[in-house]
Amino acid sequence: MTNLLMLPILIPLATAILLIFLAKNVPAQRWVSGISAAFTAAAAFLLVQKVHNDGIQTINLGSWEAPYGITLVSDMASALLVLTTSLISLACLIYSFKSIGIDREKFYYYPVFQFLIVGVNGAFTTGDIFNLFVFFEVMLMASYVLIVLGGTKIQLRESIKYILVNVISSALFVIAVGYLYSIVGSLNMADISVKIAASGQPGILTVVAVLFLIVFGLKGAIFPLYFWLPGSYYAPPIPVMAVFGALLTKVGVYSIMRTYTLFFYHDQGYTHEILSTLAVLTIILGVIGAVAYWDVKKIIIYNIVVAVGVIVFGIAAMTPDSLAGSLFYIIHDMIIKAALFLLAGIIITITGTSNLRHISGLIKRYPGLAWTYFIAALALAGIPPLSGFIGKLLIVQGGFEAGRYWGAGIVLLSSLLVLFSVMKIFINGFWGNPRSYKNEDKAPVRTLLIAPVMLTALSVFMGVGTEVIYPYISQAAETLSDPNLYINAVLKE
Amino acid sequence: MKTNDIILQTVTKVTLFIIILFSIHLFFAGHYYPGGGFVGGLMTSGAIVLLLLAFDMKTVANILPIDYKYMIATGLLFAVGTGAGALLFNAPFLTHAFKDVYLPLLGKTSLHTAVLFDTGVFLVVVGVTMTIIQTIGEDE
Repeated sequence: MTNLLMLPILIPLATAILLIFLAKNVPAQRWVSGISAAFTAAAAFLLVQKVHNDGIQTINLGSWEAPYGITLVSDMASALLVLTTSLISLACLIYSFKSIGIDREKFYYYPVFQFLIVGVNGAFTTGDIFNLFVFFEVMLMASYVLIVLGGTKIQLRESIKYILVNVISSALFVIAVGYLYSIVGSLNMADISVKIAASGQPGILTVVAVLFLIVFGLKGAIFPLYFWLPGSYYAPPIPVMAVFGALLTKVGVYSIMRTYTLFFYHDQGYTHEILSTLAVLTIILGVIGAVAYWDVKKIIIYNIVVAVGVIVFGIAAMTPDSLAGSLFYIIHDMIIKAALFLLAGIIITITGTSNLRHISGLIKRYPGLAWTYFIAALALAGIPPLSGFIGKLLIVQGGFEAGRYWGAGIVLLSSLLVLFSVMKIFINGFWGNPRSYKNEDKAPVRTLLIAPVMLTALSVFMGVGTEVIYPYISQAAETLSDPNLYINAVLKE
Repeated sequence: MKTNDIILQTVTKVTLFIIILFSIHLFFAGHYYPGGGFVGGLMTSGAIVLLLLAFDMKTVANILPIDYKYMIATGLLFAVGTGAGALLFNAPFLTHAFKDVYLPLLGKTSLHTAVLFDTGVFLVVVGVTMTIIQTIGEDE
């Protein structure tokens, strides 16, 4: 079926439209969005298998040939990310059913959620730089709505900052695409890559590369452009926060990965040096934030920044190993961040506070929650045999191979502090004397726990079953480290 | 003192149809001349806004009992449906088809599925514009 790689975009889009008609009927909305999320995940899974067996899949929208029309390209990297996105959206939807509240559900929560998934899946799949911008906007506009929906004071304040930063970065994105178009005269990514390779990336293209880095750095929160993230992600309700933390920054990181492996790989001494320096600084700043706070949400938010730094460091090293590592780590991090946010959400639902100093002894009454959190925390820090280990191992290995000893060392050290920051939650929150909390009996802990347990199990599977997953990852890394595979698949030369 | 805007209301009644006709013209001209779904939709909603200025919200809601939010969804349905129609023929998404048909009165006319897509754009633009204006207008 030619349109298979369209399905992970098309199913949520059609669902979102359908859900607008169902806005008044909350149970129907839940059923429809849940079922559609399951279908999206199934389609994404089929897509991964298809790419694994038959190589890179492309589709020329409207039957217009490659450099002239919009091409959607699903190589293994994007197919895997689409699958991860679909699974996370399914989990977050399941969590939303119990936690988001009828008021938000009545005001188009589920349609907007589906539009967000459309944007994310589209951004991962597209093979056209301007189309990437459009999908970024689809994703961002949906995220504007999700961040402000409910209209509490903190949400209003933070959404203004969030929208302001993103409007500016989107304007920069258009400007960068404009520059690129005026130099190479094409918008198709494969075609751009061919033309940049033919010109050997003169200085002006390196400038455009840095401009793209600023744009995607603003979206993906790398140092020094991460300043908006801690505040903005603090505001929305938990399932929204989980989706944001798991998906949105990763789209920016994926775009850096795509542009720096496909377009701007000719002047690595300059561009990738900047990338690696910024990555290391991102890790340091993120770790400082993660260690400094005594707020459950803040700690996990700063861990997003750390992870972004680690992934970008792997991209900067540009060896096949480190790219495979980055890819493995990005998938692991999406899953485990969603799980951690949802677990933090349950803690907050039970205790009514996110301040760690007011929480203790939860393990007595909620052992399931406690041990799930414990496993998720170990996975985040990269303890073997859990999922964070392989990715970080490959990134460090690639870093040493590329001669970036300092950076690789800092990646290793950061794991320690990441572990400290999440264990701080475990030790202070779960151990100690049990206290009583006012929401204790009302919180539907068992039902809420389904989604994070699913995600944690997935993460454990990724770690234990690395043998099963690694062929897919290495196939993806192969495409990333050899742009010709991508170009030939799109332009069919 | 009670204001009397009979002049405004009478002029509105006359100009409304001219504006609507012009917007329909823009919409259908889109394939060969400047125009299309976006500007056509914007001008149609301009006409409705003129109605809102001349009369009050309740009267307009009585004249045009439309829930504009459903209009947005219908428009999206048109656009996505046109694209997804290609799936039935196992062609890539958004592949359009056209045919020259002889119609009575109009003569030889080329019918193109892109018009359906444009209809979707038209409906979404009208729906979004009117939703924004109505929501702000009703806000106390």
